[in-house]
Amino acid sequence: MSETMANDYLDCLLNALPADSRNSGAQDTLDWLRRLRNEAIDQAGRLRFPTVKDEEWRFTDVSPLAKLPYKPAQKTNALRLSDIQPFCIAESAHRLVFVDGFFSPGLSRLSEDDQFVIGNLTAPALTKAPLAEAHLGQHVQFRDNFFAALNTAFLQDGALIVLPENCAVSAPIHLLYIATQEQTTQYPRCLLIGERSSQATVIEDYVALGANTYITNSVAEFSLADNAQVNHIRVQRESGNAFHLASSAVALEQGSQYRSVSITLGALISRFNLDVEFNAQAAECAIDGLAMITGRQLADTHTRIDHAKPHCTSHQQHKCIVDDSSHAVFNGKIIVRPHAQRTNSSQSSRNLLLSGKAQIDTKPQLEIFADDVKCAHGATVGQLDNEEIFYLKSRGLNELTARNLLTYAFGAEILDRIPVPSLKHTLEQAILNQTTQNS
Amino acid sequence: MNINQNPIILNVDNLHASIQDTEILKGINLTVRSGEIHAIMGLNGSGKSTFAKVLAGHPDYHVTQGSIQYEQQDLLELSAEERAQAGVFLAFQYPIEIPGVANSQFLRLAYNTVQAKRGKEELDPLEFDDFVREKMKLLEMKPDFLDRSVNEGFSGGEKKRNEILQMALLEPKLGILDETDSGLDIDALKIVAKGVNHLHNTDNAIILITHYQRLLDHIVPDFVHVMEAGRIIKTGGKELALELETHGYDWIHNDQKRAAGAST
Repeated sequence: MSETMANDYLDCLLNALPADSRNSGAQDTLDWLRRLRNEAIDQAGRLRFPTVKDEEWRFTDVSPLAKLPYKPAQKTNALRLSDIQPFCIAESAHRLVFVDGFFSPGLSRLSEDDQFVIGNLTAPALTKAPLAEAHLGQHVQFRDNFFAALNTAFLQDGALIVLPENCAVSAPIHLLYIATQEQTTQYPRCLLIGERSSQATVIEDYVALGANTYITNSVAEFSLADNAQVNHIRVQRESGNAFHLASSAVALEQGSQYRSVSITLGALISRFNLDVEFNAQAAECAIDGLAMITGRQLADTHTRIDHAKPHCTSHQQHKCIVDDSSHAVFNGKIIVRPHAQRTNSSQSSRNLLLSGKAQIDTKPQLEIFADDVKCAHGATVGQLDNEEIFYLKSRGLNELTARNLLTYAFGAEILDRIPVPSLKHTLEQAILNQTTQNS
Repeated sequence: MNINQNPIILNVDNLHASIQDTEILKGINLTVRSGEIHAIMGLNGSGKSTFAKVLAGHPDYHVTQGSIQYEQQDLLELSAEERAQAGVFLAFQYPIEIPGVANSQFLRLAYNTVQAKRGKEELDPLEFDDFVREKMKLLEMKPDFLDRSVNEGFSGGEKKRNEILQMALLEPKLGILDETDSGLDIDALKIVAKGVNHLHNTDNAIILITHYQRLLDHIVPDFVHVMEAGRIIKTGGKELALELETHGYDWIHNDQKRAAGAST
């Protein structure tokens, strides 16, 4: 892609910025937020649109996106509760709904007497503004991430969750990002601040009404203070024609625990970056992922775990199931810094090719600069095992059912780690349907 | 040895089979009538397990010569799943683990698939649960067995019991047990044997593939066949297993040489 096209793309996008972005006269925008956005606009102008010549984007050609400088989505109030009912999660007591990136109080479910803060990040009456200011845009590296910079430049609404010290939220918090508009870009955002010894489960859920073509450019930041524990379930079930570009950044303080399961089912082209930073000792993370794609889908997952401090533990299992002409990419970087002794890290990338035309590119990357560490990694790419198929056939199942069951089982191992039964069940059904459809 | 006039379930005639152009089975002849238990013994590499897999329809093995008649059908015309549906059951030497699929789901899927093909009633999850728990008692299996993933993390004994449980559910006409005794302690062996004896009746037949006599103390065969180099080289009653145990496999060679000498 030519330089000119990329510049045109950016000009086109920046022209679409809301009028108040660079105008200090608007009353309803918080000063600090405006400053952050302006910085991001400058960064986006400085950064290039990534091409396959960039090492980080070798396998993922996002040039089709540059031809679609979709304008930001507009705020609508057209949705009713019944429209989002299919996406609701029974166990979740708290729900924040964003329609095309805009907060919808009417569709959300919040209770008054909450022990914790949950609401729209950019609400003028935000009680936790200083805290939000201290964290927003500080964890995700938008200074060298073009799409994160764009997200920040266009930041309108977003989910803010602040868990006060010792606060344990038992029911899962559901963040539902729903896309409804054709040929637009939405910029969802999420910021979670877990103070000391707090606990919560958060579901970050990207869905669509209809088969629209649109762009989701999302950023999520998680900051966990000492001994905080957060489960993060990320579900990307966008329209099959959508483009999904997302960055998550996780900052972990002493003794904190972050567990995430990221499920990728939708979008024509998707790219998910997950960065975990150990900022203090004895923290732990478990990050698991499953991408199950078909047709001409491309799903790219880039993760980076930075063991900057000693005595931290990270476990990662990433699985891809690719059918038809789809293409999955996994790049898992683990950095163990010189002083990060007693690091314990494991990573496994397992991939299942269901078709001769499908493609997998997997690249575990360990960069170890400390000498007293335990690090294990492995990557496999394979087809369904003939002995396993024979076993099932010898129990009366036909070839197709046997294959579907084994494919399902391959994915279900990751789904099993989702601690929300109804969501787990919904996703199991989605995977079962996909396996049966594709055959 | 019984004189049995029951219908023939399986008739194997001059069976030759290869894997990747290497001939493993070199002319097996075997007739199995309903109500019978046959033991096939032999050293490692004699072709016992290959024979079991060929009977069950493993796609890696190619039959190059001979025939297998099963219940008046040409077994070789049937795919592995059709054989299972028709009542051929192979208890695996190394059962496959399927992480992510609950044992209960798998068992019900197999049961209902086979029931439907046989024109019999399928069971919903609740009915099946009652049904399978009843069968599990026979094998002294704990209820949590149903919730665990198929064979995942099962001990050797648990895997083998799970195989016999599947046999109990699928009610085969011909049960083939491939080294079901290997890796079992004596208690597990007794439980498995009790299960097999319970399932055996005058309408079905069982082929036991084993290295050792000890299984045959608990499941008493009507016939014992000794395999070597892809052929059955000797057939006898249950006492043949005891003789093998005492004299070793070499004894057969000497015995055969004597027989060969006598006939010329």
